Amino acid sequence: MIRHLLSGADLDAAAATQILDTAAEMATVAGREVKKLPALRGRTVVNLFYEDSTRTRISFEAAAKRLSADVINFSAKGSSVTKGESLKDTALTLQAMGADAVVVRHPASGAPHRLANWVDGSVVNAGDGTHEHPTQALLDAYTMRARLGRLAGLHVAVVGDVLHSRVARSNVLLLSTLGAKVTLVGPPTLIPVDIAQALASGIDVSYDLDAVLPNVDVVMMLRVQRERMTDSYFPSAREYARRYGLDAPRMRRLPEHAIVMHPGPMNRGMEITPEVADSPRSTIVEQVANGVSVRMAVLYLLLGGNNL
Amino acid sequence: MAYPPAAHASPPRQPSVKVILTAADVSRVVDRIAHQILEKTQGAADTVLLGIPTRGVPLARRLAARISTFEDIAVGVGVLDITLYRDDLRRHATRAVGPTQLPLGGIDGKRVVLVDDVLFSGRTVRAALDALGDVGRPASVQLAVLVDRGHRQLPIRADYVGKNIPTALAENVKVTLAETDGADEVKLYGEAGR
Repeated sequence: MIRHLLSGADLDAAAATQILDTAAEMATVAGREVKKLPALRGRTVVNLFYEDSTRTRISFEAAAKRLSADVINFSAKGSSVTKGESLKDTALTLQAMGADAVVVRHPASGAPHRLANWVDGSVVNAGDGTHEHPTQALLDAYTMRARLGRLAGLHVAVVGDVLHSRVARSNVLLLSTLGAKVTLVGPPTLIPVDIAQALASGIDVSYDLDAVLPNVDVVMMLRVQRERMTDSYFPSAREYARRYGLDAPRMRRLPEHAIVMHPGPMNRGMEITPEVADSPRSTIVEQVANGVSVRMAVLYLLLGGNNL
Repeated sequence: MAYPPAAHASPPRQPSVKVILTAADVSRVVDRIAHQILEKTQGAADTVLLGIPTRGVPLARRLAARISTFEDIAVGVGVLDITLYRDDLRRHATRAVGPTQLPLGGIDGKRVVLVDDVLFSGRTVRAALDALGDVGRPASVQLAVLVDRGHRQLPIRADYVGKNIPTALAENVKVTLAETDGADEVKLYGEAGR
């Protein structure tokens, strides 16, 4: 097993499949009377969050606690970061407190990679800037496998703000490794020109959502990340929603078995209508539940043995 | 520079392998344990068998099959994975987690018979008892093993023993079963044969 999980590219097909299989076993714990396993007793997991997050932080916290690890939550707000402490000094502080794993979210792409050189424990990337979010990709893959029975040969459309999406990048890398076919869909301004070649081979790009929908097994809607947009990438929210938003008539173009995913948080009415988000085809709530199982698997596989 | 062999050193031991149970013996032993379970549990009423992976699982299935042949009663069979409850987790590379499958109706209020191939230090059974406590609350727990080789490190004993084998600590008992290894056999390997 690897020591850190920084990128979707850190995992080969065997390692990724092992995480998904382990997650399936971890999922059974959620249905038991005692929702706790002793595997990480006495280990310390630090959640180091420099960016706001609801589901990812809570999900990692629940995962670590279900494995009996001690959890320390750190958010930049209300810490010495507001006094100007650097990432490195914060890392050294955590190191001195004996963190076995650091789960880090940071607005700067690559911050977890730097952190991995400064601490002895395992580093898990929980989202860095517009770069990567590997555990989200793993839970998306887990959800697809649970709903559709397989990953190899699936056709997945990733729709929307690909440019700013760490979810998209990690998903493209992981899904290609696991044998799924990915098509990126969105306005030309939000799909980097060379992204298909840069990330993995066999990635298609399309600017026409309606043409892609009848041929896919999964459509993954991305959040339009207003907070990261420094330019006007599309004329208006309304025009974006008309061309790239998933509404009920568009959903009907999907094959019978196809599922609709969204990593959350959603802009209802922008990239997805409430009607679609709350339909039986939507796996949005399942994705959150699966997130805990997948993160339990990741933490167990990184920390469970003596591979530190 | 290599040291010359000491004058008093004994000659290198030949790897010794001794067959303890043949396929026919294993089958007879399983039959006997099935009878003993029926006897001690008043006809296997409210009893479920839980196999501990890897080889406890096929053994539990065989016992259930024999019990239903002898008395025409269906006994619940399940699998209890103990990986996450081991006390040596962090002494090894991360171990793969296997499935835990409880029989229909669960184990609450039932008499659970844990089934494993070899009883040695007792640590596996300790882990199994912890795992059991997290998946339900059985009325009582018993232990059935194909081979008891001694050298217990914990206060644990088996209720049903296929065969007691006196062993030296350095010796190794290897159980193979048709379901997992192609053939039924129990062998004792000497020190050099490990």
